[in-house]
Amino acid sequence: MIEVCDVSKYFGEKQVLHSINTNFEEGKVNLIIGRSGSGKTVLMKCLVGLHAPEEGKVLYSGREFHNMPDGEKQHLRAEMGMVFQGSALFDSMTIEENVAFPLDMFTQQGEGEKRDRVDFCLECVDLQNINRLYPAELSGGMKKRAAIARALACNPKYLFFDEPNSGLDPKTSLLIDELITKITHDFNTTTVVNTHDMNSIITIGETISFIYQGRLEWTGNSSNVLASDNPVLNDFIFAQPLVQRLKK
Amino acid sequence: MLFKGLVTIGDYFIFLKKVFSKPAKWSVFFKKLVFEMDTMGIGSMLIVSIVSVAMGSVITLQTALQIESSWIPSWTVGFTARTSIVMELCPTILSLLLVGNIGSRITAEIGSMRVTEQIDALEVMGINPASYLVLPKVSASVIVNPVLCIFSIAFALVGGFLTVWITDCVSTYNYIDGLTYCFRVYDVIYAVTKTTIFAFVMSTVSSFYGYKIEGGALELGKASTQGIIVSSFIILILNVVITNLML
Ligand SMILES: Nc1ncnc2c1ncn2[C@@H]1O[C@H](COP(=O)(O)OP(=O)(O)OP(=O)(O)O)[C@@H](O)[C@H]1O
Ligand SMILES: [Mg+2]
Repeated sequence: MIEVCDVSKYFGEKQVLHSINTNFEEGKVNLIIGRSGSGKTVLMKCLVGLHAPEEGKVLYSGREFHNMPDGEKQHLRAEMGMVFQGSALFDSMTIEENVAFPLDMFTQQGEGEKRDRVDFCLECVDLQNINRLYPAELSGGMKKRAAIARALACNPKYLFFDEPNSGLDPKTSLLIDELITKITHDFNTTTVVNTHDMNSIITIGETISFIYQGRLEWTGNSSNVLASDNPVLNDFIFAQPLVQRLKK
Repeated sequence: MLFKGLVTIGDYFIFLKKVFSKPAKWSVFFKKLVFEMDTMGIGSMLIVSIVSVAMGSVITLQTALQIESSWIPSWTVGFTARTSIVMELCPTILSLLLVGNIGSRITAEIGSMRVTEQIDALEVMGINPASYLVLPKVSASVIVNPVLCIFSIAFALVGGFLTVWITDCVSTYNYIDGLTYCFRVYDVIYAVTKTTIFAFVMSTVSSFYGYKIEGGALELGKASTQGIIVSSFIILILNVVITNLML
């Protein structure tokens, strides 16, 4: 479980997060939703320690993350997998090497074992015959899926996805949602997903934190997100005509 | 301005501390080291040889033209050319050349990894990105640059010899005599030491400027230029200091 206590983040004078309080539970898909620019990515980067929050703290199973000693922090990080909004694949490596990278660094597995694992991970995200290609040779959606495969490689305990299905077609998007849910339940991972994809919000959100202009505006789950009477949330959820029609 | 400069220097030393921590996995480090040595060494060989031959040739011609007095011994041309080549031209000019060649490449490579969040990705995985990315580059350039310097000296001397042979400004016998006159191994050690120190400055400073980029492609270009200017400047100042200390 990851607990976020009173986290505030400033960039210079500008306050981007305003004392956020929320929990991300183990074995569940936890969504962070909100409009573009509301602070989702910044919050996720605070969770994994890429940004240090000026106020508040982040607890992993009760242990405070940001002032952990370096050794312990690296140990914890070896148990994390993250998919960045822009994929962040290593462009000097082939897709295969990218996915094998965490295995190279943190395990003593032999070549054959590694190759099996890489193939398995790439199969999970429905990527075939691209092992030898470089990231620059893939489409945006394929990069995203390769990044997901890399995040899965080491069987992490904590998984972070920053908009995993933006830029994917509806069918692949669905596949990724199913994959995220399956992994979370099979391996009991603590999964945090940033999204503004309506389908994900309605189908996979076991807990949902709605962020509005850097403030936590509402928490709930996919079964009560449509029924909420929070006006700001409703404004966000029912922005698209399709969902409006669904409501009627 | 002064305050900002001091902060940058402080950041640089904090960065060095991060770079010089134990690699997560030695096998990965050595693999990267060999790769870097290959790209830096083989990649710079052509430009180094061309520039060195030209340098040796021109310094020999200049010296021969300036010294046209009958009571100066004729080995002076070879002697002067050798001394300038070994003591200054090869270590310093070569290092400045490599700043433009290798240093700017390092800044661009690390900077683009920063801009596209690849460095963040490493960090989230629990890998020290500074050590993982920069240490092999620094080690490689500290090993490769002195070797390039030795090659450069050899090429420059050959260039000088060819010039003498073709233009006949002094006899080749006298030139060779001058080259070997009063030869001290210490001079070569001095040259290699200088190149090693300059290689360290070049690789760490240009990595530093790439590593601390915030922003996008525009910043990347700026950082690349800054890295070149600052490393060249430090190299020129250190050159004076080291020359004072070692000679
Ligand atoms: N490094 C930074 N420096 C300054 N301001 C930043 C920085 N990163 C983010 N911000 C600001 O923080 C706010 C939140 O940005 P963030 O990237 O978290 O949005 P987001 O919710 O992820 O949006 P999107 O859905 O478009 O990805 C934005 O207003 C942005 O301008
Ligand atoms: Mg974002």
